[in-house]
Amino acid sequence: MTVVQGAPAAEYEVKLGRLSTLTGRPTHYCAGCEHGILTRLVANAIEELGLRERTVLVDSVGCSVFAHDYINTDAVQAPHGRAPAVMSGIKRVRPDLMVFAVQGDGDAVSIGLLELLYAANRAEPITIFLVNNAIYGMTGGQMAPTTPEGMVTTTTPQGRDVAETGRPLDATKLLAGLDGPSYVKRVVLPIAPMGSTDLYSARGPLEGAKSVLNAFKVQMRGGFSFVEFVSTCSINWKMSVLESKRFATETLAKLFPPGLYKDKLGVEKG
Amino acid sequence: MMDGRDFMKGNEALAIGALKAGLNAYFAYPITPSSEVPETLAREFKSPEYPEFRMFLQAASELEAISMVIGAASTGAKVMTATSGPGFSLKQEGMSYAAAMELPFLVADVNRAGPGLGNLGPEQSDYLQATRGGGHGGYRNIVLAPNSVQEMAAFPGLGFSLAFKYRNPVVILADAFLGQLKEDIVFPKIAPERFPTPWAASGARGAERHVLASLHLDFEDQSRHAEHLARKYEEVESAEQRSDSYMASDADVVLVAYGVVARLCRRAVKELRERRVRAGLFRPVTLSPFPSNDLKALVDKGVKKFVVVELNAGQMILDVRLALEGRGQIESVHKMGGLLPAASDVVRRVEALSK
Ligand SMILES: Cc1ncc(C[n+]2csc(CCOP(=O)(O)OP(=O)(O)O)c2C)c(N)n1
Ligand code: SF4
Ligand SMILES: [Mg+2]
Repeated sequence: MTVVQGAPAAEYEVKLGRLSTLTGRPTHYCAGCEHGILTRLVANAIEELGLRERTVLVDSVGCSVFAHDYINTDAVQAPHGRAPAVMSGIKRVRPDLMVFAVQGDGDAVSIGLLELLYAANRAEPITIFLVNNAIYGMTGGQMAPTTPEGMVTTTTPQGRDVAETGRPLDATKLLAGLDGPSYVKRVVLPIAPMGSTDLYSARGPLEGAKSVLNAFKVQMRGGFSFVEFVSTCSINWKMSVLESKRFATETLAKLFPPGLYKDKLGVEKG
Repeated sequence: MMDGRDFMKGNEALAIGALKAGLNAYFAYPITPSSEVPETLAREFKSPEYPEFRMFLQAASELEAISMVIGAASTGAKVMTATSGPGFSLKQEGMSYAAAMELPFLVADVNRAGPGLGNLGPEQSDYLQATRGGGHGGYRNIVLAPNSVQEMAAFPGLGFSLAFKYRNPVVILADAFLGQLKEDIVFPKIAPERFPTPWAASGARGAERHVLASLHLDFEDQSRHAEHLARKYEEVESAEQRSDSYMASDADVVLVAYGVVARLCRRAVKELRERRVRAGLFRPVTLSPFPSNDLKALVDKGVKKFVVVELNAGQMILDVRLALEGRGQIESVHKMGGLLPAASDVVRRVEALSK
């Protein structure tokens, strides 16, 4: 059956068992959804840094709106797209707190693009994790700013026509083009099916874990950090979980290439 | 800036008044006729006189500004933003969330004329938007209506007290005239009030954590929350009605007006009294809650006629009708477009009515 394989990054320790940064509530995320994986990675990093009592999570609007049900820190819910502004407000009066959000691609790259760009440009010391599943997950699968050309969604039943709706927006490239951010990275998060074998590579989650930790470290050193996670939404893509992993790691990863786009403080070098 | 007598614009007084009330942070996007508020605060930012004023930031839009306000207020800080009509509309998004999350802060709306861009003159046309809770979902703002530069200076302090007492946004509804008006004022020498904020999201303490959220997917949950808010608004309604009156207790006809209009109505009352018309003035100081009890008391005393004077086509008059419950005759005098009625216009209308 399924074997998860991948070389664990030497500097990263996966904490097993119950974390005080997790509430332990059963998840509402669909099976195989990267929102769930990211929750664990975030909790793990907060624990590792010993920051639970100094952290404020800002909920965005999308499938991550209930992030506070799982992440056991203080939390504030932002209006749709406004998480970076809410985070800026918190951080501006309480620079001692660590502030982060998990935003969807609709939340961050469509309705909240101004808030994202301005927070990044001001170099707010905050951390944003973008779950890019190329679709509006929570609202049932409408076109997102990141939807690839030709992809069928409930509002593009014939496939996305880029002549009508423009090309997919690349938030990582946009932010990397600004002077403000200190750390901009894109990770293809899903576990990846390895060819036609029944083996899977866990490189995505492991790379993700390292990036989450680094992003928090950048904030602690006063920088703006942003990590985009190319993800899946099998339910709205109308694919099996396996097909969705394949689509994300093979097709989406070409449109949104992974990589370290910016690392002003050199945290990846250690 | 010294304590004692000062001569300044309403907008400047609002800014300094907020600082003296212990303002911690200000986030806004500029708009005329409110711009002296951020300009004054930008000047005073980092001044040793106001060590508690830790953050001044110009946002990229009112949507961004009000969300910054939400963030800062979530930590328990004293936060304010100021704007005018077009910006006030954008702030409704955040104000609805803030009402739901029960966040205390101040929003000043220096009311300009018209829907759309309108013009930069005074109007009171944001009355319904401010008093009803202009955003989505059912909620109420607490709304204060200053009528002098002195009150522009004093109401941020009162506003913070009410905002923190009830954990609710408070609107200071001024107008272009008051914002630009220059008068002598005195800042009272009082220490800023401190408010306990055990609810603030500023880091969990062991198992105790603070979640400020507005989403309650479970119907029973949302219903409980809505009932809780409704009870709070009732409490505000019964405890916080404020009004002022002038020569109203023996009057045959009472002018009802707030803000700058109340001042010219006061002049009209004097003139009417000289002409042997027993006129009086009733001035709501809180527009929400509307001071219905005090207004009703006037009918009980025998006042039969009310003339509602406002800078819109008839908005506050709806609350006057509700308050009077069909008793008394209610007339409307209004002016719009940035124009103020002359006291003599009001006198003429009232005289015609009392014939
Ligand atoms: C102002 C406003 N407009 C629209 C919505 C409806 N809405 C909720 S979530 C969402 C999009 C979510 O997509 P995304 O940000 O990609 O998150 P995902 O669920 O895919 O993780 C939309 C349009 C809303 N809640 N508020
Ligand atoms: S709808 Fe999509 S994004 Fe939302 S939990 Fe399910 S798989 Fe994840
Ligand atoms: Mg999405």
